[in-house]
Amino acid sequence: MASLRLLLAKPWIWSFIGALLVWLATVTFTGGYGGGGMITAALSLAVFTVVVGVGQMFVITLGPGNVDLSLPANIGLASAVAMKVMDGNDSMIAVGLLAAMACGMAIGAANYLLIWALRIPPIIATLSASFIIQSIDISYGRGLQIKPPPGFASFTNWQILGIPVLAILTVLFSIGAAIALQRMIYGRSVLAIGQNIRAAWLAGVNVGRIRFLTYTLSGALGGLDGALLAGYFRGANVDIGNEYLLASIAVVVIGGTSVAGGKANVPGVWGAALFLVLLLTMLNTFGVSAGVRLLLTGLIIVGVITAAGGQKALR
Amino acid sequence: MRPEMTAASVESGPKSSSERSALARARLLRGLLPAMSLVLVLLAIAWLNPRAISYFGFSLMLNLAIPIALATIAQMFVIAGNELDLSIGTFVGFVGCVTATWLKEAPLVGVLILLGSIGVYALLGALIHLRNLPSIVVTLGMSFVWQGLAILILPKPGGKAPDWLLSLMAFKPPFVPFPIIAALLIAAVVHFGLMRTSYGVILRGSGGNAAALSRAGWSLLKTKIVLFALTGLFGVLSGMALIGITTSADANIGNGYTLLSIAGVILGGGEFVGGRVSPIGAVIGALTLALAASPLLTFMHIPPDWQVAANGAILIIVLAARVLISRKER
Amino acid sequence: MPEAGVDIIRLDGAEKHFGAATVDIIRLDGAEKHFGAVRALAGVDFHVGAGECVGLVGHNGAGKSTLMHMVAGTLVPDSGRIAVRGGIEDNYSVPRAQQLGIRCVFQELSLCPNLSVAENTRINHPALRGFGWRRKAADLIAAKLDEIFPGHSISAADIASDLSIGRRQMVEVARAFTVTQDPLELVILDEPTSSLDAHTAGQLLAFVRRFVAGGKSCILISHVLGEVLGNADRIVVMRDGKVVASDAAKAFDRDRLVTTMGGAAAREKIAAEIATQKPETGPLRVRARPARQQDGNELVAHAGEIIGLAGLAGHGQTDLLLAIFAAAARTKTGIEVTAPVALVAGDRQSDGIFPQWSIAQNIGIRSLARLRNGLLISPRREAELADFWQKKIGIRTPDMNSNIFSLSGGNQQKALFARALGSDAKIVLMDDPMRGVDIGTKLEVYDLVREEAGRGRTFLWYTTETEELDNCHHVYVFKNGRIVAKLGRDELTEEKIIQSSFGDAA
Repeated sequence: MASLRLLLAKPWIWSFIGALLVWLATVTFTGGYGGGGMITAALSLAVFTVVVGVGQMFVITLGPGNVDLSLPANIGLASAVAMKVMDGNDSMIAVGLLAAMACGMAIGAANYLLIWALRIPPIIATLSASFIIQSIDISYGRGLQIKPPPGFASFTNWQILGIPVLAILTVLFSIGAAIALQRMIYGRSVLAIGQNIRAAWLAGVNVGRIRFLTYTLSGALGGLDGALLAGYFRGANVDIGNEYLLASIAVVVIGGTSVAGGKANVPGVWGAALFLVLLLTMLNTFGVSAGVRLLLTGLIIVGVITAAGGQKALR
Repeated sequence: MRPEMTAASVESGPKSSSERSALARARLLRGLLPAMSLVLVLLAIAWLNPRAISYFGFSLMLNLAIPIALATIAQMFVIAGNELDLSIGTFVGFVGCVTATWLKEAPLVGVLILLGSIGVYALLGALIHLRNLPSIVVTLGMSFVWQGLAILILPKPGGKAPDWLLSLMAFKPPFVPFPIIAALLIAAVVHFGLMRTSYGVILRGSGGNAAALSRAGWSLLKTKIVLFALTGLFGVLSGMALIGITTSADANIGNGYTLLSIAGVILGGGEFVGGRVSPIGAVIGALTLALAASPLLTFMHIPPDWQVAANGAILIIVLAARVLISRKER
Repeated sequence: MPEAGVDIIRLDGAEKHFGAATVDIIRLDGAEKHFGAVRALAGVDFHVGAGECVGLVGHNGAGKSTLMHMVAGTLVPDSGRIAVRGGIEDNYSVPRAQQLGIRCVFQELSLCPNLSVAENTRINHPALRGFGWRRKAADLIAAKLDEIFPGHSISAADIASDLSIGRRQMVEVARAFTVTQDPLELVILDEPTSSLDAHTAGQLLAFVRRFVAGGKSCILISHVLGEVLGNADRIVVMRDGKVVASDAAKAFDRDRLVTTMGGAAAREKIAAEIATQKPETGPLRVRARPARQQDGNELVAHAGEIIGLAGLAGHGQTDLLLAIFAAAARTKTGIEVTAPVALVAGDRQSDGIFPQWSIAQNIGIRSLARLRNGLLISPRREAELADFWQKKIGIRTPDMNSNIFSLSGGNQQKALFARALGSDAKIVLMDDPMRGVDIGTKLEVYDLVREEAGRGRTFLWYTTETEELDNCHHVYVFKNGRIVAKLGRDELTEEKIIQSSFGDAA
C-alpha cells in the first residue's frame, strides 16, 4: 500500500496509466483482437518521439524559455544527409548515422551560438535557425529519391518476439539518459541551472558549457532521429519531422517534467510517447474523421494534464 | 548595533540619481529599439527597391500586417501574465473558418460561436490558474482542438468573408495606407488599456509579482481570466481581419501565427517572464515581421527555396542589431 | 516556564487595559499553527495596544513570522481567537485586516519589479482609480517618502527593478504608511532596516517613534537588538513557537534579551580571540582592484586572513566579490586569484537556494566532482558530506533529505555556509550573508569562520553590520565603487568606518 502510494506520487505514472487506459479501450472495442500487434506498432513509433523527447527534456529542464523549436527542420535535414551519405549502400550505414548526428550537432551548436552571441531567448533563436535550416534542406534535398540501404531499413523494422529491436535500444538509451540526469555532474548541473541560473553560476556550475552541451545534445538526437525515420519510412523528406515539434514538447510535459525547469524525468517521456501513439491508433480504430481525431487528441491532452494536476507552487 | 550617523547622506547606495538617469536612458533606448529595427528593415527595402516606398508599395507589403499585429497583441496579453499561448495560430484559423461560413450565412450563430470561443479562452485561464497547469501544455492541447474544429467546419478550403468585412479591409484612406492607420489605432488603444488604466497595472503586476498582488487582496484568478479573455478577443479580431483580406478560408490558414506572434512580442521588447511587455513595441514587432514575410522578397529576386531562410535571417539580423545597439549604450 | 510566560502577558495586557482605558488594536488568544509535523506556534497570546510600539524578537524559526502572518491575515490559525478592537473576528483575512487598518511590510520584498513606484502604490490602494489616478498615486507616495526619508531621491516614476535593494525597501515601508480610504492603525515592520544603511535606518526609526507618539501602533521585528531596545515600548520575546517573555522595554537590556532568546556567547570574546590569533602572513590568495578604482588602492588577501569589506550598503562591495568570483574561472585584468573560490550568498532566494532540492543536494552542488565514484555521483558520499556539516554547523532538521524550504531562514543560510565550507575552496567570499539571520546562528557561524581561517582559509567578508567587522583582521572601506580606506585590526572603530564611508577621501 505504501509502495503504491509512493508509485502514485511519481509524476510520470500518470502517462503510463493513460497509455494503459487507451490501450484497454481500443482492445475492448476490437473485442480483444490485435492487442499485441498494437503494442508492437506503438513501440516502433514511440521510439522516434522518445529520442527527440529526451533531447527536448534536457533543453526544457534548463529553465523558462528554453525550448528547441528547430527539431523538425533538423530532423528533415538530417534525414536527407543520412540518405545521401548512405547512398543505398549497406557498408555506409554507420557513416551515414554519424553524418546525420554530426549535422544535428552542428545545428545544436549553431542554436546555442545564436542564444549566446545575440542574447536572445532560445525560443526565438531556435525558431530563426529553423527557418534557415528549412531552406537549406529544401535546396539540398530537392528531388532526393534515395532509398535507405536495405540493411538499414530492415534494421529499423527488426523485431524479436514482437518487440522492436530499436525500442529495446531506445530503452537502454533512456536508462543511460536517466542516469546522466540524476547521477552525473552534467545532469545535476542542468537541474541546478533550471532552478536558478544565477545561483547555479555562484555555486560553481559552468553554466555556458552545460547549456552548450544541452543544445548540442538535443541537436544530435534530432539528427539521429532523422536518420532513423528515413530508414523506417524508406526515404528522406522535408516534412518528415514536422509532427515532432509539438510531439516532443507534449511528451516532455505530459511525462511530468516541469516547464518551469529544474525538474525532469525520463520514464515519463516513454509513458507519454506511448500514450500519444496509442491514442492515435485508438482513434483510427474507431474510424473517426481527421477533424474529430484532432479534436479528441487535443481534449485528451488537456484532460490528462488537468487530471494529473500541475506541480504545486514552490513553498 | 548600527551607528547613528549625523552626516546627511543623500547619495546612499550605488544607484545614485546620475546612475539612475543613465538607467532611465538605457530603458528609453531599449524602448526605441523595436522602432529602430523597423526603420532598419525599411531602409534595407528602400535601398534594394526604392519603388516599394510608396502608398501602393506599403499597401502591398503590409497586406497581412493587421491580422499579424492583432495576433501579436493577443499573444502579448498571455505573456504579460507569464503564460504562453501555443494555440493562437490554429485559433486564428478556426476563427477564419467560422468567419467565412457561419458569420456570413447565419451572422447571429456566427457571433455566438465567436463569443463562445472567447469564453473558452476565459475558462482556460481559470483552469490554468485553479489547477496550476503549465499553459504551454494546455494551449498545445487546445491547438489540436481548434484545428480539429476548423476542419470540421470547413473540410476543404473555401467559404467567403461577409461583405461588410471585405469592404472594411479594402478601405483605402487618402495619403496613409490603411494597415498603418490600423496599426496605430491598435497600438494606441491597447497601450491605453494596459499601460495607463488602473486595472492594467494590476494585470501587469500579476506577471511581475503575483504573490505580492494576492497579498494586497487582488484576485489572481480574475487577472488570469481577464488576460486570457483578452487574448481570445484579439485572436478573434485577428482571424476576422485575416479573412477580410484573403476573402476565403482554410483550416490551416493561421498555423504560422503562433510562432510569428511570439516572435513579434519579443521583437517588440517584451520578455517571457516578469510582466514586461509593450503594446506599442508588439505592434512594431508585428509590422517588422509582416514586412520581412511580405511579397517584398520576390521583388528582390530571392529564389523561392531561400525565402524562408530570408525570414530567419532578417529575424537574426534585427536581433543582432538590437544587441549591438544596447551593448554600445551600456 | 512557557506557562509562566503566558501569565506574564495576560497580567501585562490587563494592566494596559486599565491604565490606558482603551481596547487593544489586535489580540490573539491561544493561537496555534502546524505546518505538517512541525509546530510553528504553540498556543500564543499576543496583543498590541493603541499608541504602542511592540518589539518582537527571537531566533529564526521561533515563530515570529508565523505570528505576524496571522496578525496580517495571510495565515489562519489552526485554533485560537483573533480580536480586533475588542470584537472577535471569525473570518479574519487580508481584506478584513486592511479594512481595519492593519498593514504589514513583509521580510521578502513585495514590490512588482516591472512596475513604477507609483504603480506599486496603486496595487495597495483599490481606491486609486478612475481619471487622474496616476497623478494621485505619484503624489501620495512621494509625499510619504519625503516625510519618512527626507532627501531620498526616489522618483515616483522610477521602475522598481531599477532601484537598489535599499531603495526598494524604503518604497515598501513608505507605501505601508500611505492612506487612502482605509484607516491606518497598526503597521507590522518585519526587519525593515535589513537593507538600509545606518542613516536611512535612523530616519525610519525616528519616523516610527513619531507615528507611535501620534497614537498609532507598530510591531517592530529586528535582529538588530539595539533598534528594538531603543524604539519599542514593550518587548515580546519568542522561542520555539511560544512567547517566553513580555515586558516593558526599559526592563530589558541587551544581555537579558540575548539570555531570554536563548542565544549564547558574548561579543567581547570574539574580539579577544581575533586579537590573539593574528595570523602569520601566508601565501597571497587574492589581489584585486575594483573596476572604478583610480588610485593605487587594491584589496590584498593572504591565506588565513579574514578580510572585511565595509562601507554603506551597495557601494561596490558585492561587485568586487562577484568580479573576484568570475576571475577564478577566467582570467581578468586587475584581479589575481590563486586558489579555488566559493561564495556564500546573502540574498538566499535569488543567489543561493535550489528550491526543488533537498538540504543534502543543496550542500553537495559545489562539491560534485569530489562526490563522484567513477563517472557517477555517489549518494553515500553526498549523504556523508551533508551529515558531517549538519553536525559541524548545527543544521536543525530531522532529515537532510527533506526539501531545503523545510528549514527556517537561518538554517537555510547555514546550509549555504556548509556548501562553501564543505567544498575545496581555499577562498570563501561572503556577500553580506548574515542579513536577517538570528544572533544565535551568527555566533555559531563566526566561530566556524575563525576556526576555518585558522586552518589557512581566506575569507572576504562584505557586511552591512558593523559589529561583524570585529571578526576581521583588517577591513577595506568602500565608497562609490572604490576602496577609500584600509583599516587594521587595532584602528577598527565604528567612527573610523563611518568617517571613511562619508568622507571625500576618494
